[in-house]
Amino acid sequence: MTSATHRTAEEIGRTTRGPRPLPPLGEQRAAGDLSHVDTELSNGLRVLAVRKATVPMVEARLWIPFAGDDALHPATSEVLAETILTGTARRNRIEIDAELALIGGDIGAGVDPERLVLTGSALAEKLPTFLDVLGDVLTGATYADDEIAREKERLVERIAVSRTQPRTIAREALQKHRYGDHPATREVPKAEDVAVVTPEQVRALHQASVLPRGAVLVLIGDIDPQAVIGELEKVLGGWASDRSAVRLPPLPELTGPSVRLVPRAGAVQSQIRLSAQTVPRTDPGYAALQLANLAYGGYFSSRLVENIRENKGYTYSAHSGFEFTDGTAVVNVDADTATEATAPALLETRYELGRLGQVPPAGDELESVRQYAIGSLLTSTSSQSGLAGQVLALASTGLGLEWLIEHPARVAAVTAEEVAEAALKYFTPQRFTGVVVGDAAVLERKLLALGDVVVGEPA
Amino acid sequence: MADPELVRYTLDNGLRVVLAPDATAPVVGVSVHYDVGFRSEPEGRTGFAHLFEHLMFQGSESLEKLAHFRHVQSSGGTFNGSTHPDYTDYFEVLPSAALERALFLEADRMRAPKLTAENLANQIDVVKEEIRLNVLNRPYGGFPWITLPPVLYSTFPNAHNGYGGFEDLESATVDDCAAFFDTYYSPANAVLTVAGDFEVGNAKKLIEDHFGDVPHRPAPQRPSFAEPLPTTELRGEVEDPHAPLPALGIGYRMPDPINDIDGYLAYLVLAGVLTDGDGSRLQQRLVHKEPLVVDIGAGAGLFGPFEARDPDTFTITLIHPHEVPRERVLAALDDELEKIAENPPDEQELRKVTARWAASLHSEHDRLVSRTLALGSFELLYGDASLVYRLADRMSAVTSEAVSAAAKALRPDARAVLVVKPASEGNNEQ
Repeated sequence: MTSATHRTAEEIGRTTRGPRPLPPLGEQRAAGDLSHVDTELSNGLRVLAVRKATVPMVEARLWIPFAGDDALHPATSEVLAETILTGTARRNRIEIDAELALIGGDIGAGVDPERLVLTGSALAEKLPTFLDVLGDVLTGATYADDEIAREKERLVERIAVSRTQPRTIAREALQKHRYGDHPATREVPKAEDVAVVTPEQVRALHQASVLPRGAVLVLIGDIDPQAVIGELEKVLGGWASDRSAVRLPPLPELTGPSVRLVPRAGAVQSQIRLSAQTVPRTDPGYAALQLANLAYGGYFSSRLVENIRENKGYTYSAHSGFEFTDGTAVVNVDADTATEATAPALLETRYELGRLGQVPPAGDELESVRQYAIGSLLTSTSSQSGLAGQVLALASTGLGLEWLIEHPARVAAVTAEEVAEAALKYFTPQRFTGVVVGDAAVLERKLLALGDVVVGEPA
Repeated sequence: MADPELVRYTLDNGLRVVLAPDATAPVVGVSVHYDVGFRSEPEGRTGFAHLFEHLMFQGSESLEKLAHFRHVQSSGGTFNGSTHPDYTDYFEVLPSAALERALFLEADRMRAPKLTAENLANQIDVVKEEIRLNVLNRPYGGFPWITLPPVLYSTFPNAHNGYGGFEDLESATVDDCAAFFDTYYSPANAVLTVAGDFEVGNAKKLIEDHFGDVPHRPAPQRPSFAEPLPTTELRGEVEDPHAPLPALGIGYRMPDPINDIDGYLAYLVLAGVLTDGDGSRLQQRLVHKEPLVVDIGAGAGLFGPFEARDPDTFTITLIHPHEVPRERVLAALDDELEKIAENPPDEQELRKVTARWAASLHSEHDRLVSRTLALGSFELLYGDASLVYRLADRMSAVTSEAVSAAAKALRPDARAVLVVKPASEGNNEQ
């Protein structure tokens, strides 16, 4: 289109020498040892501090179980997360921001039905200042009336934006369809609930639920893990309570009721969201399950992606992955497809579920997922922030750094039979429930014809 | 930041190479940046540069369709590619044992990609799904990177939609692909970057083995995308069927990112002074004090700074409630800019911005993907990968007078204002 005399596509695609062989892998060096401390402070807070001095920074993650069954809990906890950093007895909102900025730092808060998480980072040499701000917020957040009022207004507006996102709509539909009215389903609060939350309620929730016992603090970076524990005892010693942080009630075990078509009139694209019960990382069969999932849809070279994206062009995004909630795990299968491709995509998605059990991964396919599981753990934990995310995910289910260090050996030892068993046990189409959100007027007839599909908003 | 070891050289076929050894973790990053982005695609072929990026994953002389993904992932690695205004990048991050494999994969598609009608048709479908997902089926899709440029710019390269119209995508031919490849994907028009755990001598040998016989083709003449500055306030409007609240995208021209780096950095510091953190000017006034907006952000580039040559765009984006008139928001914004133009911000205000930047550059450097891509894009755009390591210091040297001058240049009569109207609001007014 630009060069006047260019080669043809055929000429471009071949050389006189012809195809070349794939080079073998070289010798792999293991990751260095990570010196770390995993201990409990006198206030009951579990601390995992890891030295990883790749850059002069420190990453912090504070995970606090934060469940509540009060009808207003989702709204109150969301307002709390939005305002926990807006002032203490010692610092107002702007002073908190300025103090963090000057140490190259940041702290953010996020909440869901299971937990409150504070995420932060700073220049490692400024860790004492960072911890001082953190401790101040945990023990002295004031939740001033005007800050609450303003953040409530913004929150109502953001909820409106969020509720127009297809992924939020699909997630809410999936949660309701699979878990009914369990507290875990209340991920985005109702705007009308946020409107009635009072500053007193937010302060009371902080008193009752922002608790160290049962919570986990992960610190990773250019730090001395031993020394940091003493520092933490001093800075966070005043953060104390006899009670433990509040955990989510157990989720009901998923069985496989029908997939629900949830109408979204005029949508140009549909969201397919399927889900089935599996087992968590603590289960001896987890490594085999992990490999079965990778082969199904857990990475790009998986059966699902090769089928519905690379082969058929039904979707840009197809993926399956685990969702861990307090000691339990499900596997979720997600794909967004054009309306006309939705029913064929669901058909193929179910076909691949069935095929995984009947024609399980073996040979090159199994070795590929095995290497991917080991290698991607290595690459994803090579940065401070990547390692912080992994360690937090483990620590929040009671595991430690040992799991991370031992996991490659577990993956290496998995046999083809174990993967085949996991595939047959967990990936049969009948075990999957889920939703399809899309233009029902176009989709209904074809989806019903596939079978095991019902239509309408979840009750 | 300390200036780590950096080895830069050029192969006989013109391929520029950047090596950044670092043994702190047993992983390696490999990237190839080609000096062509969506600003170079011709009229009638909007979205072609990005579509072509997809095709580069679909096989080459030694690699069947899907083999690229399988070889990277079965080596324990991850991969991706992305299309920017002025370049297209491809990358892998893998355990260091797989370095040669990554070099082999990149060399094979640089030498002889398989451009077939079947793969083209399949990837047109995939790209259309990507556009439905990221633009058509969500609120504020393509805002502001697709919707603001046609208001601020008047020439096709700067103004058009880089994702492409469906009609243009569907009319792409295999011969278009061949011409595009021969013109732009020459080794002399590319930068290869290797960062992480490897030994320099060995890497040089492997690079020569795999890339050395990719035939030289001349790099194309790089066009100028320059166009005159606006002389009046330009206004545009789009209706968004999914957006619940109105939004504004305000675009200004900025100093030449390549030939006036310090001027460009002053705009970046200004962006921080305006919207970075609760204590920033616009957060304080527009979000908390008055309050007029739900969210606001300012920054350089359509996707971020250091991604394009001149002209580049300084953007302010905000979402505001229905009941707040947009002229009131704009007046408050202009008022704050005028304050900075008249009274330069003090030392501490600048230090807050530059300390956060320095820290974020450390974190970026710590993530091997970002480090590899930053080195490659700086080598491509600036001819100097080591600039990555001097950015924090150059940013700290920006004076408050320079920030003040940048604010003064953001005049109402030299900007574009894009109004995003929720469809429901639009209907009411009709």
